[in-house]
Amino acid sequence: MTATVEKARGRTPGLVPGRDPLRLGRFSGVWRPRTVVVLVVAAAVLVVGAALNIGRGEFPISVGEVLSVLFGGGDQAQRFIVLDLRLPRTLTGALVGGALAVAGAILQAVARNPLAAPDIIGITMGASAAAVAVIVLSSGFGAVGALAGAVGLPVAALLGGLLTATSIYVLAWRRGVHGFRLVLVGIGMNAILYALVNWLLIAAQVYEAARAQVWLNGSLNARGWEHVVPVGVALVVLVPAALVLAHVLGGLQFGDDTARGLGIRVDAARTALLVVAVGLAAVATASAGPIAFVALVSPQIAQRLVGAPRPPIAASLMVGATLVVLSDLVARTAFGSAELPVGVITAVLGAPYLLHLLVRHGREARA
Amino acid sequence: MTQTATDGAGSALVAAGIRLRAEDVSLGYGDRLVVDGLDLDVTQNTVTSVIGPNGCGKSTLLRALGRLLVPSRGHVLLDGKRIDKMPTKEVATILGLLPQAPSAPEGLTVGDLVSRGRHPHQAWYRQWSADDESAVAEALTWTNMADLAERPVDELSGGQRQRAWISMALAQGTDLLLLDEPTTYLDLSHQVEVLELVRRLNREVGRTVVMVLHDLNLAARYSDRLVAMRDGRVVAAGEPADVITEPLLAEVFGLRAKVIPDPVAGTPLVVPVGTGA
Repeated sequence: MTATVEKARGRTPGLVPGRDPLRLGRFSGVWRPRTVVVLVVAAAVLVVGAALNIGRGEFPISVGEVLSVLFGGGDQAQRFIVLDLRLPRTLTGALVGGALAVAGAILQAVARNPLAAPDIIGITMGASAAAVAVIVLSSGFGAVGALAGAVGLPVAALLGGLLTATSIYVLAWRRGVHGFRLVLVGIGMNAILYALVNWLLIAAQVYEAARAQVWLNGSLNARGWEHVVPVGVALVVLVPAALVLAHVLGGLQFGDDTARGLGIRVDAARTALLVVAVGLAAVATASAGPIAFVALVSPQIAQRLVGAPRPPIAASLMVGATLVVLSDLVARTAFGSAELPVGVITAVLGAPYLLHLLVRHGREARA
Repeated sequence: MTQTATDGAGSALVAAGIRLRAEDVSLGYGDRLVVDGLDLDVTQNTVTSVIGPNGCGKSTLLRALGRLLVPSRGHVLLDGKRIDKMPTKEVATILGLLPQAPSAPEGLTVGDLVSRGRHPHQAWYRQWSADDESAVAEALTWTNMADLAERPVDELSGGQRQRAWISMALAQGTDLLLLDEPTTYLDLSHQVEVLELVRRLNREVGRTVVMVLHDLNLAARYSDRLVAMRDGRVVAAGEPADVITEPLLAEVFGLRAKVIPDPVAGTPLVVPVGTGA
């Protein structure tokens, strides 16, 4: 029966069960239909969710009209509202969600621990602390403050994220980096940086503190093309790098000795993967603030949807983008005229999952 | 020793069929010296087992032979070339290794595990070539795992799991295989099953095997050569009948024992009397 199904699909079954080949010239891979279905469905949900989100506002536009504008139609007013005013917000959300999810997928896979997401181990908090410092200090200290303002929030967030990641890496290093150590050091780092952020908020003027607080919630309000471009560029550069490195990531899922035996330069591969992940997480945080739990939850959802033994890169990208866009839609529609920051919704979705992980880990540790 | 001298000696080693050589190797972790000035040759097409009491440096030696550990003194030569100077990927096409109690991610299928063995032959754009596919299919069939290809590794029995890992090492297609205690945690019948598989790897597909084993009787039965270690040094090396002797057991293991011929294979059989403690 299986044979007839294969014949109907016009494919010859592979020699190894569950690993039918997909070959095109020099390129070859394993045909995984479930992954393709997940990617296509997630893309469809993302497009519809984005259209709904774009259509919402003082001047409502129907989903059909939004889609028609996106594919080149619509009248001039619609084109202006959709493309110039509203698309950047949703696009920023999708790109940031995708970037956070890929960063989470890489870190979770490298550490072989679902808790090793950038929002748990302090990397987004490092980016936030730097950004809050810029918001708070830029108005106060004359020339120094002006310089900080000029350097800009995105650059500060990126530097903060990279600096935090480097510190965690150095502190967790004991003849190599082990997943659990990385998570513990990261959680400690997160707590320290959280305290720093709070101190900055207390020390700040009320107005700056309020501005920083909105940013800290993770918000897509008033996002323009200037927010889309940095995260878009980061994705265009770093996601292909992640997809290339994903092959090595597969080998790193075993112990270090096995990976070395397979010809993987373990430390170099791990460092390259960490740099890609931190870059994505920091740029995403710089664009929209630390949108909570997207990096933690999306890769885990993607892994279960695809049925893979580790967080998959491409599926995480699509799930993360969809999750943020849908959360933004909920944040803007579910509470009447009050538009909540998107991070509030993702936090409500993500926090129970974090609790579930902690409880399960606790049980496993005791077992 | 200069580089040219090493190269000259290298081709002589290859001509003599010595695939792997440890030359005055000292190994340690931090300040602690575990192996001290050790020499060892591994000849083409043999099964060599390293035996010795716990903590004698067997596994440390195997790690150095597999390039997982860099000697603090001396060199390991693979086909006459210093293994630490060879590209990682090149080593992985000649020498495969199976660590003690290896771990696989939850949910990984046997087929996917064995396919990972092809890593040294792959690139990001070439992850499942026709060569990969036939090598994996062959390795699965050869270890009798083809029917279990779609089962998760963590659901297998201990013996099946070890067969899956050996299948992965086989798919890697290396002439040399290093196995660190491949029979750990297995009951006796599965130990025998795994060692018979190792012997077939040697006899039928010409793999040169070096393994660390705990059970002396099984080591004597399934090896061409034994290397007995104590305190980071080789005490004796040679054919099992020459190594497994009553004085050596006393010296290496501090064990009083009778050695009689194994009634099945004729290899030496150790019958313990006591530790004399």
